[in-house]
Amino acid sequence: MVSAASVPAIGLRDPAWTRRVFWLLAAAVVLWPLLVLAEFKPWILLSPESLKPTLRFLADFFPPRIDAQFLLLVARETWRTVAIATAGLALAIVVAIPTALLSVRILSVSALGGRMATLPALMRVVVRGVLVVLRSVPELIWALVFVRVVGLGPTSGVLAIALTYGGMLGKVYAEILESGEAHATTSLLRNGAGRIQAFFYGLLPTNAAELTSYTVYRWECAIRSSAVLGFVGAGGLGQQIDASMKMFNGAEVSTMLLVFVALVALTDRLSAWLRKALG
Amino acid sequence: MRFRLEGLSARHGSARAGTAAALTELDLELASGEQIAVIGPSGAGKTTLLHVLACAIQPSSGRLEIDGREPWKLPRRELQRLRGTLFLAPQVPPLPPRQRVVTAVLAGRLPRISLAHSLRSLFYPTGIAQADAALARFGVSDKLFARVDRLSGGERQRVALARALVAQPRLLLVDEPLSALDPTRAAQAMTTLTGAARESGATLVTTMHDVPMALASFPRILGLRGGHLVFDLPASAVTPERLQALYAQHLDELHGTGPVRDESARATSAPVAMNCR
Repeated sequence: MVSAASVPAIGLRDPAWTRRVFWLLAAAVVLWPLLVLAEFKPWILLSPESLKPTLRFLADFFPPRIDAQFLLLVARETWRTVAIATAGLALAIVVAIPTALLSVRILSVSALGGRMATLPALMRVVVRGVLVVLRSVPELIWALVFVRVVGLGPTSGVLAIALTYGGMLGKVYAEILESGEAHATTSLLRNGAGRIQAFFYGLLPTNAAELTSYTVYRWECAIRSSAVLGFVGAGGLGQQIDASMKMFNGAEVSTMLLVFVALVALTDRLSAWLRKALG
Repeated sequence: MRFRLEGLSARHGSARAGTAAALTELDLELASGEQIAVIGPSGAGKTTLLHVLACAIQPSSGRLEIDGREPWKLPRRELQRLRGTLFLAPQVPPLPPRQRVVTAVLAGRLPRISLAHSLRSLFYPTGIAQADAALARFGVSDKLFARVDRLSGGERQRVALARALVAQPRLLLVDEPLSALDPTRAAQAMTTLTGAARESGATLVTTMHDVPMALASFPRILGLRGGHLVFDLPASAVTPERLQALYAQHLDELHGTGPVRDESARATSAPVAMNCR
């Protein structure tokens, strides 16, 4: 039998306990002011004066509007949303490929002998800076800008997606190219191939699967984001949802939300399948 | 193509400044059309020597002259053109896994063709017969349209050698060409390599772990150890005593039981996160 005296008191206590309590308290201390600042008061949702209009609006959702004329409109706008996303992404790729190539270190001939030459190094910094600016301005802001410039409609959505996604793709393409296996590419450069030749014969085939997979994933994101852009007048499904919301037409909103959920699920499946086929 | 190395020291590309040089105070001359094997225990500086000759790394001190010109004093464009006439075949075959063999082999001629031509060749290969002939010399022409990742290690190594033939260089530098081949294939590959270099008048320098094969196939042998040139002799003058001295404390490598493949050339890196921006 083990007597209490023979076991040191410290042996039976969980040594991680004090640390756990400390981090829990620390998290609470950090979060509390943030919640206050964010005016986080979920109980307002349940107060009778806000509950009543919410419920009335939600009650309108059922039954969804499904007459043929409206469904035709929804189908056309859904297709427009897909078109905005795809066209925007295609333009984004046009922006991203040259900028990624300009900012990738592996393709530097001067870096082969040790240090990269000053001018190319400077150019890489500038290009990366441009990409940071492009992607850090949200597509919603670009869309608001372009709605002023080119007027309401899908064009501003396409341009907004092209700029933000061009910045994102450019950065991520450069990261993918930079982090992949460099052996094939540097071998080509060492043997006297040009930079673009080394890209097409070494760097691109090494990373093609990952690049395509990321692009497909981005296309899926662009579809979701082009619906949001519609709310600021950039066309597509979002613009129709916005219009119906303003008219308090819950039946139309619910149809379009259902269609949108189906669209996102479909692109999700398609993109997963494409990426699996590529992997 | 003549090479002159005078008091040349170099450290490997990935080494940090301040670490010991991989080659120290090397004096060497290579004449046009010579065939030379470089032997020595691991870490002797064999690969670094090939990289220096290929103008892939810049010597930290000393002189390198190619046909009387110092390559590292040339303008960058000129140096890259010079690199186009040298061919360095690294130990790990530098082939993208998803590329087809025909493309991988034809990549050897990139320095000789224009950008437009190289892009057209991606759309439809413009030198299929040429690639096939080069592959046939190494006995892998049946893999012409296969993807690189479907090949065995030995097949990949021979595809990389076929690329060297297509490159038609004036100096051919091959790092451990036989490390993944069985003895029969290795002998065949060696004959092809030396024969092809002789036909085109190219200088051939290879590093070798297989000492008997090196002595049998090459007229001139360089013994490297610890970054120093221990001997530079005709193959017939390389005695067992000299080999014993060269490989002292590394005798397992001399007898072919030591480490053969160096996988450290494969860089590992973190995967890119699929984050939102």
